[in-house]
Amino acid sequence: MTLLSIDALSLSIRGFPILRDVSLTVAPGEIVAVTGESGSGKSMTAFSVMQLLPEGTETSGRILLDGTDLLQQTEPQTCAIRGRDVGMVFQEPMTALNPVKTIGAQVAETMLIHRAMSPEAARTRAEEVLARVGLPQDRFPLSRFPHELSGGQRQRVVIAMAIALKPRLLIADEPTTALDVTTQAQILDLLKQLVAEDGMGLLMITHDLAVVSGMADRIVVMQKGQVVETGPTAQLFRNMQHPYTRMLFAASTHKVALPKAPPPKPLLEIRNVVRAYRTPRPHPFARPGRFEAVKGVSFTLQRGERLGLVGESGCGKSTLTRALLGLEPVQGGDILFDGKPILTRGTVDASIRRRMQLVFQDPYGSFNPRHRVDRLITEPFHLLDDAPTGSARQKTIDEALTAVGLQPADATKYIHEFSGGQRQRIAIARALIIRPDIILFDEAVSALDVSVRARILDLIADLCGTYGLTYLFISHDLSVVRSVTDRVMVMQSGQIVEQGPTEQVFSAPSHPYTRTLIDAAPVLPEIA
Amino acid sequence: MLRYTFNRLASLIVSLAVASLAIFFVIEVVPGDPASYMLGMNAQPDTVAALRADLGLDQPRIERYLSWITGMLSGDFGTSYTYRTPVAQMVADRLWITVPLALYALALSLLIAFPAGIYAAARRGKPGDTMVMGATQLGVAVPNFWFAMFLVLIFAIRLRWFNAGGFAGWDKGLFAGLHSLTLPAIALALPQGAILARVMRSALIDVLGEDFVRTARAKGLSRRQALWRHALRNALIPVLTIVGMQVSFLIAGTIIIEQVFYLPGLGRLIFQSISARDLIVVESVIMLVVFAVIVINFLVDLAYAAVDPRLRSRT
Amino acid sequence: MSRTFLIGAVLTACMAVLALVSLVWTPYNVTLLDIPSKLQGPSAAHWLGTDHLGRDMLSMTMQGLRTSIAIAALAIAVGLALGVPLGLTAAAHKGGWLDEIIMRGNDIVFAFPFLVMAILITAVFGPSAMNAVLAFGIFNIPVCARVTRGAALSLWQREFIMAARVSGKSTARISAEHILPNVTDLLIVQGTIQFALGIQVEAALSFVGLGVQPPTPSLGRMLADAQTLVTIAPHVALVPGLAVVLTVLGLNLLGDGLRDMLDPKLRARRA
Repeated sequence: MTLLSIDALSLSIRGFPILRDVSLTVAPGEIVAVTGESGSGKSMTAFSVMQLLPEGTETSGRILLDGTDLLQQTEPQTCAIRGRDVGMVFQEPMTALNPVKTIGAQVAETMLIHRAMSPEAARTRAEEVLARVGLPQDRFPLSRFPHELSGGQRQRVVIAMAIALKPRLLIADEPTTALDVTTQAQILDLLKQLVAEDGMGLLMITHDLAVVSGMADRIVVMQKGQVVETGPTAQLFRNMQHPYTRMLFAASTHKVALPKAPPPKPLLEIRNVVRAYRTPRPHPFARPGRFEAVKGVSFTLQRGERLGLVGESGCGKSTLTRALLGLEPVQGGDILFDGKPILTRGTVDASIRRRMQLVFQDPYGSFNPRHRVDRLITEPFHLLDDAPTGSARQKTIDEALTAVGLQPADATKYIHEFSGGQRQRIAIARALIIRPDIILFDEAVSALDVSVRARILDLIADLCGTYGLTYLFISHDLSVVRSVTDRVMVMQSGQIVEQGPTEQVFSAPSHPYTRTLIDAAPVLPEIA
Repeated sequence: MLRYTFNRLASLIVSLAVASLAIFFVIEVVPGDPASYMLGMNAQPDTVAALRADLGLDQPRIERYLSWITGMLSGDFGTSYTYRTPVAQMVADRLWITVPLALYALALSLLIAFPAGIYAAARRGKPGDTMVMGATQLGVAVPNFWFAMFLVLIFAIRLRWFNAGGFAGWDKGLFAGLHSLTLPAIALALPQGAILARVMRSALIDVLGEDFVRTARAKGLSRRQALWRHALRNALIPVLTIVGMQVSFLIAGTIIIEQVFYLPGLGRLIFQSISARDLIVVESVIMLVVFAVIVINFLVDLAYAAVDPRLRSRT
Repeated sequence: MSRTFLIGAVLTACMAVLALVSLVWTPYNVTLLDIPSKLQGPSAAHWLGTDHLGRDMLSMTMQGLRTSIAIAALAIAVGLALGVPLGLTAAAHKGGWLDEIIMRGNDIVFAFPFLVMAILITAVFGPSAMNAVLAFGIFNIPVCARVTRGAALSLWQREFIMAARVSGKSTARISAEHILPNVTDLLIVQGTIQFALGIQVEAALSFVGLGVQPPTPSLGRMLADAQTLVTIAPHVALVPGLAVVLTVLGLNLLGDGLRDMLDPKLRARRA
């Protein structure tokens, strides 16, 4: 018996084909995960079930929900199905709720719009579902506004709206991608529990194979708008047929080969560094408050060492990065470079900045769109007193681009001509070009698809061999940090709670928070 | 909410203080000796001296400023030099035309803007939208006083539905008063309404593209329901900003429109005082107008908080 | 290229050409009065008729356009020259006392409607065309500052600005090298809209006698002269008024078209 049956669905937007001949089924109580990289059409598949498609979309095929073809329904009929028979949870909980309405009103609206019950009953029902998704009334009354809740709590509200009328099918589009790993684990557990209790079918869209392996009964792998492989989770992982599936799996568990680190010799020493902000005065005559984002952090980065820094959002890892780069002053502690103190009035000396460079997370936002690649990657020359000019400059540019696997001819192109992975290579070229002693990678592969990510990690490992890089790799992604660092630090609420050799920390964590993080992170099954 | 109100109030007071200093400086300090400026080139020295004493020009500037401000605060706007009557009384008479006219025009412009903006946004890209947007584009381009001249020509002189100018007075009843303000209010409201309608439309279209509208649609709301229940209130935030800015244009417009319709409002008073070089009246009336703009913008700030809960709780 | 942009560009270009041609040639000399042929309707000799002093309306309108455009352009130059640096500075020091002072100052300037500004200037210096430039120029400062600051603030959040900071560049240099070039699109759009507003402001101020003074022809002056004549010769009001409407319409359409073309969000939606 199937609940949802997508049959030969093809979809194009303004003549541009997005989906080709997609077929899949979901049974009641079954969790089906659709996975693939960006551009695979997995989200568009979900939205076509909801019939929430951009204007100019043309579809063919059938989407049967309990025998009713959703593609043949009129708009009012579709409205009656949405929210009642099919609920949906979205990727971005921070923007998915109306900022000017209370959570109670937004949850109750699901009932009221379908005239399922009286306003009083809808209120009561809203209280029930909110409690059910983990937002009990004593702590989260209906009168709360979305901005008073955290991302994970907001996602719970969205789930409450989606399940309020006990739909037969729930669709979740990357429901945990925007969340921290511990929150992700809680939300995934909640979804699993709801499916088990209500017997809903769950169609889950995710790019994360590890999440899929822990959740799904069946997997649908998509690539470029087509289903390439489908099957029960355990069986599919055991016996992957399609090369794309195998590639995806290999990239997700990719291990790089780091060259051996040289014997320890301290390069950068951080001692009890404090970064505090003034917070707004609670009332006009009060003293401003103080918030310590970094609370006395100490660590040493050895020359040639690859050090990892992991922690969830808001733990202070970005603030620490900015302070190290001299972009923000610190309010206490010492920073030593090669044994010499480098703080002047709390700010890292400009003379030291040329010895550190940064690679950013967002391959799209970290370049001025109006400049060409040669100008972009030579921007750090500003830090040098004797920046190369003329043919020496050209030679340096060519070398840097070649080192990251691009062509010297790419120097005259604009950034929009490159893909995300290529842009990240250019970002690394920009960081390398002045041969800094230390590179900071701030979530440098987090925005990339797994296959691209694997290649960039390989590049970093290669550069370790050729340039003897020293770096600090900052990430929320435990598996990435595990593969590219020698030593790792775990940060929580402005403090480093644990540090040690990477393998040791991951296999035998000593701090409870580290254990929580590692337990919460979804893992792929071990298969040969 | 309390903190927010307090902050806005503090900024209101600072703005008023700085604005009054600027006006005082331009009117009483820049011309050098206001008394001889007011009396012109050929004035007798003793007349100038008398006026100087009258105006208290022999006192230090700071004291003059303070006495002007405290006077204004207690309702004493000084005495007009040309008319020898208290400015406060002259202003009070004229406010009864200018303020109702501005409010009448504001109400009319909102009455045009909301339906037109919502209609166009709901039918984005369809012929209805294109038509409304074309009409508003034209409405924005038309100068209100020029439009007013043709309103007079058609509705007063040819059709005789309204008087060509002048004010009937409120003592003849509310209707008579409103009747004589109708043509000026329409002339003012049409361009303003066109601007607001455009803002309303684009704000709504922006909000309709937000994630939470998609969430609402996933709950089963139709396009129309999502617009009315979720988009509209969020779209009000940018619309309010523009309404606040429009107020200053509306006041300027009122003053100009009064010239076309020969309405004895604040505008007439200002222009008469300028040609009579009556700086006392000019100074006080300008302060009054600036005061009105600043206070209205303060009210708009409070209205933000009413619409947006995020502002309320930012303690 | 959108239809809006094309219509706007063509209209604006026509008006600009009319104004420019008047620098070297007009059908009639507008300083010569021809009282006997006053207030004539459109004819073969006078395409747009004559005014109350027998001057050719087409020639008057061409010269008036020139004056109005010059005033609007000067006022925008004032606004851009002062407002953009202020906006850039405020954004570079967001939340600091400099930002606070600049934005507060902006609020206060904003509280003076351009007409009140013109009245203040007139009260002290007497009426002149310079009034219109100053009054609207001062009004443009906070507008430009606000637009620049808003756009600059979101740019300062972008990672490429962080990259420039990591490269040791000063805030002033980043503002000039990275921020300013990326806000020009927006400033061009806003400038077009302010230009349109400037044409209307000139008309309004000259209409009430606070702007351009006789004998210089301007669209506002012509409308002021027409006010008493509209009942007997509507064309004397119609012609300069339509010139204002067409110029403003052209500029606004041009601005809207430019915005649609430059806005990446809209571009993405269309693609």
